[in-house]
Amino acid sequence: MGRLSAIGWVTLVFMLALAILPPIFMWTGQPFYVDLTTRLVVLAIAAVGLNILLGFGGLVSFGHAAFIGIGAYAVGIPAYHATWGGMDFIASYNGFFQLALALAASALFALVTGAIALRTKGVYFLMITMAFGQMAYYFFLSLDIYGGDDGLTIDVRSELPLISLDNPLTLYLVAYVSLVVAMFIKHTLVNSRFGMVLQGAKGNNERMVTLGFNTYKYQLVAYVISGSIAGYAGFLLGNFTTFISPDMLDWTRSGELMFMVILGGASTVLGPVLGSSIFILIEEVLKGVMGWFDGLLEPLIGRELGLEVYWHLPFGLMLIFVVLFVRGGLMGLLKRRGK
Amino acid sequence: MVALLKIDALCKSFGGVTATDDVSLTVEAGEIHAIIGPNGAGKTTLVAQLCGALKPDSGTVTFKGANITNRAAHARARLGITRSFQITSLVMSMSVLDNVALAVQAQDGHSFRFLKPARKIKHLRDEAMESLRMVGLRRRANDLTSELSHGEHRQMEIAIALASRAQLMLLDEPMAGLGPEESGNLVTFLKTLKGERTILLIEHDMDAVFALADRISVLVYGRIIATGTPDEIRSNDDVRHAYLGEE
Amino acid sequence: MDYTLLFLQVLNGVQLGLLLFLVASGLTLVFGILDFVNLAHGSLYMIGAFVCASLTFLFGNFLLAVLVALPITGVVGFVIERVVARNLYDKDHLDHVLATFGLILVIDTLTQIIWGVEGIAVPLPAWLDGQVQLFEGAVIPSFRLLIIGSGLSVAAGLFWLVNYTRLGMLIRAGASNRTMVSALGIDIQTLFALVFALGAMLAGLAGMLISPITEASIGMGNQIIITTFVVIIVGGIGSMKGAFIAAIIIGLIDTLGRSFLADIFGLVMSADAASTAAPAVSGMMIFILMAVVLALKPQGLFPPKVR
Repeated sequence: MGRLSAIGWVTLVFMLALAILPPIFMWTGQPFYVDLTTRLVVLAIAAVGLNILLGFGGLVSFGHAAFIGIGAYAVGIPAYHATWGGMDFIASYNGFFQLALALAASALFALVTGAIALRTKGVYFLMITMAFGQMAYYFFLSLDIYGGDDGLTIDVRSELPLISLDNPLTLYLVAYVSLVVAMFIKHTLVNSRFGMVLQGAKGNNERMVTLGFNTYKYQLVAYVISGSIAGYAGFLLGNFTTFISPDMLDWTRSGELMFMVILGGASTVLGPVLGSSIFILIEEVLKGVMGWFDGLLEPLIGRELGLEVYWHLPFGLMLIFVVLFVRGGLMGLLKRRGK
Repeated sequence: MVALLKIDALCKSFGGVTATDDVSLTVEAGEIHAIIGPNGAGKTTLVAQLCGALKPDSGTVTFKGANITNRAAHARARLGITRSFQITSLVMSMSVLDNVALAVQAQDGHSFRFLKPARKIKHLRDEAMESLRMVGLRRRANDLTSELSHGEHRQMEIAIALASRAQLMLLDEPMAGLGPEESGNLVTFLKTLKGERTILLIEHDMDAVFALADRISVLVYGRIIATGTPDEIRSNDDVRHAYLGEE
Repeated sequence: MDYTLLFLQVLNGVQLGLLLFLVASGLTLVFGILDFVNLAHGSLYMIGAFVCASLTFLFGNFLLAVLVALPITGVVGFVIERVVARNLYDKDHLDHVLATFGLILVIDTLTQIIWGVEGIAVPLPAWLDGQVQLFEGAVIPSFRLLIIGSGLSVAAGLFWLVNYTRLGMLIRAGASNRTMVSALGIDIQTLFALVFALGAMLAGLAGMLISPITEASIGMGNQIIITTFVVIIVGGIGSMKGAFIAAIIIGLIDTLGRSFLADIFGLVMSADAASTAAPAVSGMMIFILMAVVLALKPQGLFPPKVR
């Protein structure tokens, strides 16, 4: 290993902090923060997956929440049948089985939808991935047996040898290690020959085709890999929340995920992790600010308004503001951060 | 000599406009074959059909004895046809060396290789460096493509064509936008390729064409009105009349 | 087969299709002419519904409420164009998407603050609340006939506007050549703002018309926007004719799928399996249609000639 660059140091310190802080939160009796970091890390895994497409393939997918949802239902559905019977071929608490199911289902969904969506470019691609994401949403919504709109509680978490995901700290560590592995996979992938073709097609597709690359195939493989990583994140999310509902697949979730990736910057290993951290931070801070306003207004109005739930208002304004007033928009931010 | 590329009765029209009108010509292995013609003669449309970016309405394109009329662009590139673009077409967000290395990589079989870092693969780098050295861009190998000048971009196009080890290079106005000195250098360089590579050269710069070409075809309104050696073309009455504008 | 039921469901499908067309026409106008991707177009549909709901209670008259709510929605669209959209035209599509996504969050939250979390049911006047017998056994709520009637007349008006008026000519010219229109001395900024406001009114009208049936609710815009995307993808982005045909097809497929798919599945599988599979498949049918169309024609059924 050579000398670390500045970005390398930031990455190392940030990741070390993520490794050390949650156990400290746990031992000092602040489980809320353990939950918060777990959610952060799980979202970061999905963001790493999306980053392969968005940052290195230039393919703006607006349907990645579907993969997260598929991964989560791959935990919930087998567990449901293991508890309540029926569908014997799928009923299982076995974590490896559920994980395999999550990966296979999300990869298959990516393969089929990607094969169609990648025939188009730009806005078309964005709208079509969005539509397919919503298709998955309606699919789970219509499955009354798994609660439909109301969702499904996972009574038993995935069972794995030697470790128990019921322990919040264990679950966190599994998620953390997964994140590190995902970051490593992404780093290896984008720098490989495959990654060079993907990046070349992002910069100039016509040139790559003229050189002899069938870029469609490369992009489709990238789409499947990206979707599977998001599906893996869904597997963890299902085990974390122990509650799954179609709401996880809603397109606004995909929008949030995209925002994280863009916010974090595209071309660094840490980018997506940074993005999801900032997102979680913004969410908590904005909720805090809205709560503070509430406290301020309470003596005047005489009751609490419960403003915390309205944190989307400042968040939305912030999004508009960033796009309008950060020079070159968010893409500019993305490019500048990349260099 | 054998025909490397054979075009037979190629036709293409857009709406009512015939851009390629019954074009037939052969390019023999090792020759530099130039296509000249006034603006709007359909030169770029012809190149687009040869490399697979456009589908002809009728006619056939044969390369190394195989009918490639309906092959996709990437498949033709694999067979050994490369093109440079009239308007510079490079991956601006990548380094000069990465751009050229991708051309080498393209000839290396498929690139579904996920593990080894591409920038650490020696033969890709070495061959790309060699091409860059040939066109005189070695010093700029690690610069970002977008930072290079127009002239250097034109040189990169040539380096990429070289690196792809293509048997047939379709050079679409490689001199476009170059100064007299840069053009002179490029002509000198292309001369050194004579006999080693087959080149189909589309060019406006008559001095360059007559200095380089073994044979010249003249394209006017989508039709080939004459094909021959530079001397034959110079003395051809039809060409003088229709193209060079002399009475 | 029950032909009366089929007939009624076809009418319902046409009604849904016309509502979809109202939303889609505005979206496709804005995209085709302004080259602007507006995720928040569904929010205008929602605003139309809520404004109309409040005004109905204020005036005690649904039709009057619609007439007043229409210009209000138009003004909201105009303001959005002035404040947000206008500054985004020369930016990346991704920027449009992110900014209008932010806009959705803002509008949804504001709506929630103003009107509350619960939806609002909109009462109809007695003369619209009744039913009409079309022929023996075919009884249909009169309000649905009103929706179909107004949907068809708006569609006709829109075709006339785009194809036969000076404004329409400018709109079509603006789509293909902005500089030329500007050079003619036409204020293209105002033209764009008008197009945006028109799109807002069309979406708002759809929201108003649906509100007595489904009630005005938070998130209704976020549901319809996806279906609208499917409509304009299938129809060909930017094509008015494509939007109309695709909207009707999708309205029919969705409605007929939901009512008859279980019966059709019942022919080939057990009733039990059919009742599980039918809702799942019928919810996905329009997306499957989209996939099939794209596989055959990646540019949609009626790709616009320009661009």
